[in-house]
Amino acid sequence: MALDKPYKDVPGTIIFDAEQSRLGYWLNQFCTSLMKAENRARFLADERAYLDEWPMTEEQKLAVLARDLNWCMALGGNIYFLARIGATDGKSFQQMAGSMTGMSEEEYRNMMVAGGRSVEGNRRIGEDGDAQPHRQPQGAGSKKEGN
Amino acid sequence: MARITASVYTSHVPAIGVALDLHKTQEDYWQPLFAGYDFSKQWMKDNKPDVIFLVYNDHATAFSLDMIPTFAIGTAAEYKPADEGWGARPVPVVKGHPELASHIAQSVIQQDFDLTIVNKMDVDHGLTVPLSLMCGELDPVKDAWPCPVIPFAVNVVQYPVPSGQRCFALGQAIRKAVESFDEDLNVHIWGTGGMSHQLQGARAGLINREWDNNWLDLMINDPVACAKVPHIDYVREAGSEGIELVMWLIARGAMADVNDGQRSGPLPQVAHRFYHVPASNTAVGHAILENN
Repeated sequence: MALDKPYKDVPGTIIFDAEQSRLGYWLNQFCTSLMKAENRARFLADERAYLDEWPMTEEQKLAVLARDLNWCMALGGNIYFLARIGATDGKSFQQMAGSMTGMSEEEYRNMMVAGGRSVEGNRRIGEDGDAQPHRQPQGAGSKKEGN
Repeated sequence: MARITASVYTSHVPAIGVALDLHKTQEDYWQPLFAGYDFSKQWMKDNKPDVIFLVYNDHATAFSLDMIPTFAIGTAAEYKPADEGWGARPVPVVKGHPELASHIAQSVIQQDFDLTIVNKMDVDHGLTVPLSLMCGELDPVKDAWPCPVIPFAVNVVQYPVPSGQRCFALGQAIRKAVESFDEDLNVHIWGTGGMSHQLQGARAGLINREWDNNWLDLMINDPVACAKVPHIDYVREAGSEGIELVMWLIARGAMADVNDGQRSGPLPQVAHRFYHVPASNTAVGHAILENN
């Protein structure tokens, strides 16, 4: 019998459940290893070699190398684990969260200072809010891709 | 006997810790937030507890995917501030209260809540940021936190997290456990995390001021109804990480007006209430409730 997963229809959101956790197990364990200073240094010295020490999928390694957090999350990453990569790069949580929207750092920061992203139109897939799939990427990201 | 006299509720945004540690609290961006805790710091001095029972969530720090306990109680003598990747926060070591913690563990497990008992762990921003907000800046070596702390970690990282209903019932069990401890101790119970925030995907940056404030009203005035709010409402309305708010219901359930799952008698006094947007990605909520 299927499990109850009512959160699948929330736009721009991947809930880290047991299924995602299973998918991302080694990706997240790799991230955890970056909590040690010596591992952060080894990773930065040769990222590919460090990643090859882990039984992650090739796609997970590419997503890490690209620092594409949306891609990492689709492959089972969780933001609190992925934050170790950001910390290694000297990035804040705000920079990491903002990077997933397509907005520039300044655009994202300004949105937060102005009260944050509205929930209107962003509760369910199929509405017309700014987090809906048909409106990605946002801000500067949309201009870069010429949309 | 030991008794719970008050509950404190606050967000635990990591950037707040960074602002404190880098002495940025008077900058334009941060000043309004820290001003909201001026009352609270004085209140802590005027109402100094003997022990703080601090409900928080670990953010993949002490618990990686190696182990994911739903409810974990710290029974250690002390806990070091964790290195979360940016280096450990320069705050005092957290002293525990092994006797009361072990007593609560035994009592709560006998009330059918299957706690995980933790004798060794580091504590991350989820625990140290609320302490800093309520106690102010302290020297990591020369100063100490005002009293022992019992860390109580709730899994809100890997779904499914415990329901609001389960958390609310657990709070009632914790109160019974505290009240069966013979020593006269003044205990505060803190619920931390929230309010609305989402740290992931195209919906990152979600804030829902109206929902947050309605939820806070309900949590204070009708916690029985608040406990029935389903997970999906938190995710949809308050963001994927807004689900941390279920932890506030543990503290609320431990207040004197909640008995046998129902509210009875006078509501607790609202000593303080504060709401501010933003702290980094997050809406900050804060309240102090006192038993009559």
